[in-house]
Amino acid sequence: MHEMALAESVLEIVEGTARQNGDARVSAVWLEIGALSYVEPEAMRFCFDAVTRGSLAERARLEIVTTPGAAWCMPCGDTVSLATRGEPCPRCGSFQLAVSQGEAMRVTQIELA
Amino acid sequence: MCTTCGCGNGDALIEGKTVGREAGQDGAPQEHSHHHDDGSTAGSQADAPQQAQPGQYRRAADASGAHWHRHSDGTWHSHIHGGGSAHGEQASVIAGARTAGDAQGIAASRIVQIEQDILAKNDALAAVNRRFLGDHGVFALNLVSSPGSGKTTLLVRTIRDWAGRTPLAVIEGDQRTSRDADRVRAAGALAVQINTAKGCHLDAQMVAHALTHLKLSDDSLLLIENVGNLVCPAAFDLGEAHKVAILSVTEGDDKPLKYPDMFHAADLLLINKIDLLPHVEFDVAAAIEYARRVRPGLEVLLVSAQTGAGVAEWLAWLERGVSVARERRQSSVEALRRRVAELEDELARREPTVAPA
Repeated sequence: MHEMALAESVLEIVEGTARQNGDARVSAVWLEIGALSYVEPEAMRFCFDAVTRGSLAERARLEIVTTPGAAWCMPCGDTVSLATRGEPCPRCGSFQLAVSQGEAMRVTQIELA
Repeated sequence: MCTTCGCGNGDALIEGKTVGREAGQDGAPQEHSHHHDDGSTAGSQADAPQQAQPGQYRRAADASGAHWHRHSDGTWHSHIHGGGSAHGEQASVIAGARTAGDAQGIAASRIVQIEQDILAKNDALAAVNRRFLGDHGVFALNLVSSPGSGKTTLLVRTIRDWAGRTPLAVIEGDQRTSRDADRVRAAGALAVQINTAKGCHLDAQMVAHALTHLKLSDDSLLLIENVGNLVCPAAFDLGEAHKVAILSVTEGDDKPLKYPDMFHAADLLLINKIDLLPHVEFDVAAAIEYARRVRPGLEVLLVSAQTGAGVAEWLAWLERGVSVARERRQSSVEALRRRVAELEDELARREPTVAPA
């Protein structure tokens, strides 16, 4: 899975910030992962543990905040919730949906020990 | 390494040579080390020329500090400069320090706000690739599919039938071997092979390195064959104009529903191996409907790389893209010429006011 590459990007961002703060040890990392993003949270946890070994973020707690998916439904002319891609509008059954939320994959904050 | 599929980064090879991924002392990305065709290796930022040298073309840096420049041997090279500048906001967002538990004498901890996209670095490099390709009028496509969909056979067919139109170059991505690049070269295209080793997808940095090995012509076509994988390549922008998904009729017609991210990311779907339709249970109309559930309005073409059916429509689609890319380059060159002429006029009007020494 590509979560390995994404976990390496997370570590790069986290370690960069830790170094700018006097090589501080990282005790926790918060990620925002959208329900419609390209990340499987459990795979991310596994990969995060693997890539952080021997780094400033070794044994850091990983907090994943999942944001729900939402889309603009063209027939309804309104924002509706969307659990996964390929599902119809829960209101009218249309597939004419433009995703408006739930695609984010971000490092939001870290805790330095 | 991921135990799910064994992928990882850092062992990628381009034409059998290592791709450097080094970090600066401050952990900032400094995308530098790579090998040129002449066997020389690009140096670090410290020993890189700080000003454009004769024969060297230097691109204006964009907001990320990433840019392209050309070496005297005609090869190109891109990199990101500076202390985390690829991350843009990183330096400025450190705020919100907080102490916890200090009243009890517990060691203070601090929360540092980052708010940064995990793919920010890849996306910044992809933007540099896109600008480079746009400046040269190159129409670039990222071909994605599962293994065995017939990508390489379709490429070979495309190269043969495209002959006489514009130059065509190919970047081949596979975990191992240069078999595909060899097939593509034999068909007559310029090709460079990326071996991702454990990697399950191409990323923008690999493509940036591969571009340094290709002497791309202006107003040409570039086809990037991604690693055969219907999951991972969806997330990684390479700087292409479009992702093109290829689905063959020997696969299930419900694949767009099973792998929605990839079909969502695509702008064109090629349904390949249609010559086999009489022998397989594949409902073309259902496949198209499923694909459009995840990507409304998705364009679809039916082709057979083997028999050539539908290939003329595919080539016509490519020609439209190539001409749009060429027109954009030409209009930006025209705009630049007009701006130069304006500045020259302005300068000419000012000159009389300068008193002779």
